[in-house]
Amino acid sequence: MKKTTKQTLITLGMVLACYAVVEILMALGLVSSLMKGVLVPVCIYSLCAIGLNICVGYLGELSLGHAGFMCVGAFSGALCTKFLEGFIHNKAILFIIALFVGVCMAALFGFLIGIPVLRLNGDYLAIVTLAFGEIIKNIINNIYIAKDGSGYRFAFINSKTIELGEEGTWILNGPQGISKIPRISNFTIGIVLILIVLVISYNLVNSRTGRAIMSIRDNRIAAESIGINVTKYKMLAFVISAAIAGAGGVLYAHNLSTITATPTNFGYNMSIMILVFVVLGGMGSFRGSIIAAALLTLLPEMLRGLSDYRMLIYSIVLIAMMLFNWAPKSREWRDMMVEKFKEKRLKKEVD
Amino acid sequence: MELVKYLINGISLGSIYAIIALGYTMVYGIAKMLNFAHGDIIMVGCYVVFICMSNLGIGAIPSIILSVVICIALGMTIEKIAYKPLRKATSLAVLITAIGVSYFLQNSALLVFGANTKSFTNVVTLPSLTLAGGELIISGTTIVTVVCCIVIMLALTLFIKKTKAGQAMLAVSEDKDAAQLMGINVNGTISLTFAIGSGLAAIAGVLFCSAYPTLTPFIGSMPGIKAFTAAVFGGIGSIPGALIGGILLGIIEILGKAYISTQLSDAIAFAVLIIVLLVKPSGMLGENIREKV
Repeated sequence: MKKTTKQTLITLGMVLACYAVVEILMALGLVSSLMKGVLVPVCIYSLCAIGLNICVGYLGELSLGHAGFMCVGAFSGALCTKFLEGFIHNKAILFIIALFVGVCMAALFGFLIGIPVLRLNGDYLAIVTLAFGEIIKNIINNIYIAKDGSGYRFAFINSKTIELGEEGTWILNGPQGISKIPRISNFTIGIVLILIVLVISYNLVNSRTGRAIMSIRDNRIAAESIGINVTKYKMLAFVISAAIAGAGGVLYAHNLSTITATPTNFGYNMSIMILVFVVLGGMGSFRGSIIAAALLTLLPEMLRGLSDYRMLIYSIVLIAMMLFNWAPKSREWRDMMVEKFKEKRLKKEVD
Repeated sequence: MELVKYLINGISLGSIYAIIALGYTMVYGIAKMLNFAHGDIIMVGCYVVFICMSNLGIGAIPSIILSVVICIALGMTIEKIAYKPLRKATSLAVLITAIGVSYFLQNSALLVFGANTKSFTNVVTLPSLTLAGGELIISGTTIVTVVCCIVIMLALTLFIKKTKAGQAMLAVSEDKDAAQLMGINVNGTISLTFAIGSGLAAIAGVLFCSAYPTLTPFIGSMPGIKAFTAAVFGGIGSIPGALIGGILLGIIEILGKAYISTQLSDAIAFAVLIIVLLVKPSGMLGENIREKV
């Protein structure tokens, strides 16, 4: 078996094993309702982290706007469900269509934003993606869509231009967002989505295309000089990354009955949160992303007993992990420990 | 007259952005890192002044001085504990640490000061200026803000051009290793940069809260991001760039609010940033460094 195939299978197996354990615990009634509530968010954040990992870990470009793509996915998916709700009653089909629409829209936005953004490098690219994320959120807060007897109504910025007749309902009401979305998402759907995305992502990074993307990360100029079309591969990675975040968004929208685009859920704070999952899990490791997303989503919930202190602890953990990973002293100490360990093993072998 | 009023408001807001942007631009120029916690130092500065004035009954000027001193100490401590060990680490690791520090400051403030909004008392007691027969009123806060900004800019430019420490800063931002070989204390210089940036953040915070008097543990993040945008706008690493970027961003934001839409003002400000970066990828006054193999 090839090494890469083995890696993929291990990760897939890990996800499945976690799923099985959680399902068994749930069947035994050992999972509190609080924990049940965070199972879908764990899937959502894992998806977004996998998506961002392609952009940050493999393409090597820092994006601080992935919450924006999540937002696009969530709103287009939810709108799609709201439009089709009356015609299609099968929830599975409804979700698949919403997923398709959400992913396509996120990919489209990724493409449109990628055209200007990918001309820049490094910190400038980061700040522009951040700006785009904020713009997307801001624009969605100003779109109004309503439906009444005479059909659909649409307005931008000014909601007063829509005069609703009797039995008229708002579908997207600006800052109040979309309400009464059917709650289709569940843990099983989340896990299935993660598995699909994992297979796609692993295939991507282990393919010729993936190696081209990584060569851009390692040395753009060298990659260009051996004939790799840098713009094309950068765009490809960015769009795929956005599309996966969009899938996370669709899952998010169908997990809550009301979604609004506020700074807390789709602002740059969320983008940073996803980035933290990617970096702590290890850039370029999808398995790490999932583990980090799951741990860091569960950690604040498990620390809920400490209520006020949990975010504080979270931030200290973040700083401490970074220092432990990178500070020269801690690196020396780690090297020393590794040496000691090796010596012990050598001694054992000698004995 | 309407337009002039909006322009003055824009310049006032822009001056605050410019002072904050200075902190970002100097730290970025020297340590090559995005100091995400800069916005939260503003918040700490505001709370110090608020507590000094309303709880301890200290006058405005001593409270501001105390706040500047505390912020400088805070900035230097953060640099020492969190950023200094990471000098050789990848920029992403430093960025994440900065985000961690930002969360830490926000949540500590949440614990210490509580989540409820406090109303900040204006520290400026200057009477407002009436021009053009009562049609144009410029508030004292606006005048103080703009004057502060100009004074800080001039002082900082002089400091960098005329003093040894300022020249050392330039040298370190150019080439750290070469500066060290020339006998410059690199760690000390970086520390000094953080101190100046944090001190300026305290002043900017007081001015910001005087103009928009609501105080919560999260007030620092949005002006922080905007000011960073302003720094990038003007060309990061450049001090006059921070001034121009800040003031332009302020004017664009206020005009956008007045003439286009209140809700879209952030989007407009960010959209202009994107357009500027596309036309001139290193900002308006930034140096364009050509990549060589």
